[in-house]
Amino acid sequence: MTTSEIHQRLQAQFGEAVGPLSEPKVDPFAFVKPDRLVEVCRFLKDTPGLEIDFCEDLTAVDWPKRDAIEVVYHLYSYKYRHGIVLKVEASRAAPTVPSVEGVWKAANWMEREVYDLFGVTFSGHPDLRRVMLPDDWVGHPLRKDYQEAGGFHGIPNLRENPLVELRRLDEVRMAEHAKANPPPPPPAAPAPSAAGAPPSPAAPPAAPKA
Amino acid sequence: MSKLVLRRIDRNNEEMLINFGPQHPSTHGVLNFLVETDGEVMRRAIPDIGYLHRSLEKIGEMVGYPGYMPYTDRIDYLAAMFANEGWAIAVERLLKVEVPRRAQYLRAASCELNRIASHLVSIGTMATDIGAVTPLVYALREREAINDLIEALCGARLTYNYHRVGGVAFDAPEGWRDKVLRFLDRFDSLLQEWDRLITWNEIYLKRLGGVAVITREQAIDYGLVGPNLRGSGVDWDVRRDVPYGAYPDFKFDVPVGRGWAGTVGDAFDRYYVRVLEMAQSTRIVRQALEKLPDGEYMAKVPRKIKPEAGEVLSRVESARGELAYYVISDGTERAYRVRARTGSFLAMGIIEDISSGLMIADLVALIASLDVVAPETDR
Repeated sequence: MTTSEIHQRLQAQFGEAVGPLSEPKVDPFAFVKPDRLVEVCRFLKDTPGLEIDFCEDLTAVDWPKRDAIEVVYHLYSYKYRHGIVLKVEASRAAPTVPSVEGVWKAANWMEREVYDLFGVTFSGHPDLRRVMLPDDWVGHPLRKDYQEAGGFHGIPNLRENPLVELRRLDEVRMAEHAKANPPPPPPAAPAPSAAGAPPSPAAPPAAPKA
Repeated sequence: MSKLVLRRIDRNNEEMLINFGPQHPSTHGVLNFLVETDGEVMRRAIPDIGYLHRSLEKIGEMVGYPGYMPYTDRIDYLAAMFANEGWAIAVERLLKVEVPRRAQYLRAASCELNRIASHLVSIGTMATDIGAVTPLVYALREREAINDLIEALCGARLTYNYHRVGGVAFDAPEGWRDKVLRFLDRFDSLLQEWDRLITWNEIYLKRLGGVAVITREQAIDYGLVGPNLRGSGVDWDVRRDVPYGAYPDFKFDVPVGRGWAGTVGDAFDRYYVRVLEMAQSTRIVRQALEKLPDGEYMAKVPRKIKPEAGEVLSRVESARGELAYYVISDGTERAYRVRARTGSFLAMGIIEDISSGLMIADLVALIASLDVVAPETDR
């Protein structure tokens, strides 16, 4: 089945809850109303002929201009080799999306990751806690307006540019060198050398005697 | 370890809590497991990851499209070619660039060499974890030879940064093809040596056969990919089923777990699928080099890469299974969102449920057979 055929079946089943398929610039997707999401996913998984059994990817995108966080579901069927991309929109202030962990177990860790890095709460998730960052981390780094806190429990995440210190040391050394070796007096007129030829830098080693 | 986890654990019985890792030789990198045990039997092992989290996805939003290529190496340092290739394919699909045939063949050859190298580390360390120390040395010997070949190709031994948007960075050097073919001839005999050395060893079979069985349904449900999925008997390979690059031109088989040591989907199946995959990879490298077309190795790509707005998912079959990049472009020189979906992250997700009822010693076999690599889980 092509993506548009899957989408037509979804619209026939759920009507308004499934939005139109996006203009296929590269990969098309469809928006789903959050309150019908789990139903839609169950339908996709359990309906004979669709049987989308693989939750290939679950991630989120932050759109501060639209004041929305999209949660994106890439779904695929191993049996029929077709798939569809669904999106759910949530507000940035308190994003809450129903969990699809009950449909695909793979969603468990991926929802935890989205919770960790975007701050989206998945209602109905059995074990929603941070996965990458420590539990007491402040903020959600993949949001567009995330500001680094400047350290964590006294461990700074900023350090001085090592080149600044190296340059300072270099200047100190150069000053010391200049102090120890005062500049030579201005050269007088060159005296004619004894041999009349410039002195050779090093005398050739004497040949070993037999 | 997090307080939230500790709260979930019932303390009113004889059970013990053990920290396994983060600095443990058989976790292959910094992973931590909080193991809840009753004697030698685990109730469960709760994975705690994130020690290597560098927010590579955020970095992807901050550097330009070509500038992200060296960062992709760090997603999976044992199989960096695939991370390169996936990123290149994603951006090429956004730009609608056609890659020259020669570049596609060179990509396939370099990736398959990298797959052999990555699987060698995987199966070698697995044998070490189980208690057989010798095979790792044999595996690393061959991996060094592959590292030399890849170094001759792109100048790096670990973080290759070889693929480019629109092709590859360098053409194959003079005489490289013959060197690789000579290596492959030698490598075929190593595979037989390997089977004699460890695969059918009786202790090894008993340690792995029937241990940590992941059924076909579980593997799909938990989103396992690559050799872990095929080990559970699912006949699926992105190279064959959603082909990309030069793979439609090559003949190769997809090994699937058959229950060689007893049960389909046990640790031995996941191990042996990798061994068989190495033989298939040598076939692909041979075909790619024998049919290597002449011509350009780099397409004409604009100097400033500015794809039009849109979003794309690129899939490649990495050594650790499907590696997918989800890239959103907003029409500027930097991606709006980069997401790397990696196999190891989801493989970690299954450990808590599979580990219940296993012996502590079998946890090592489970982790090794899933071939999780810490930077790929954490990114």
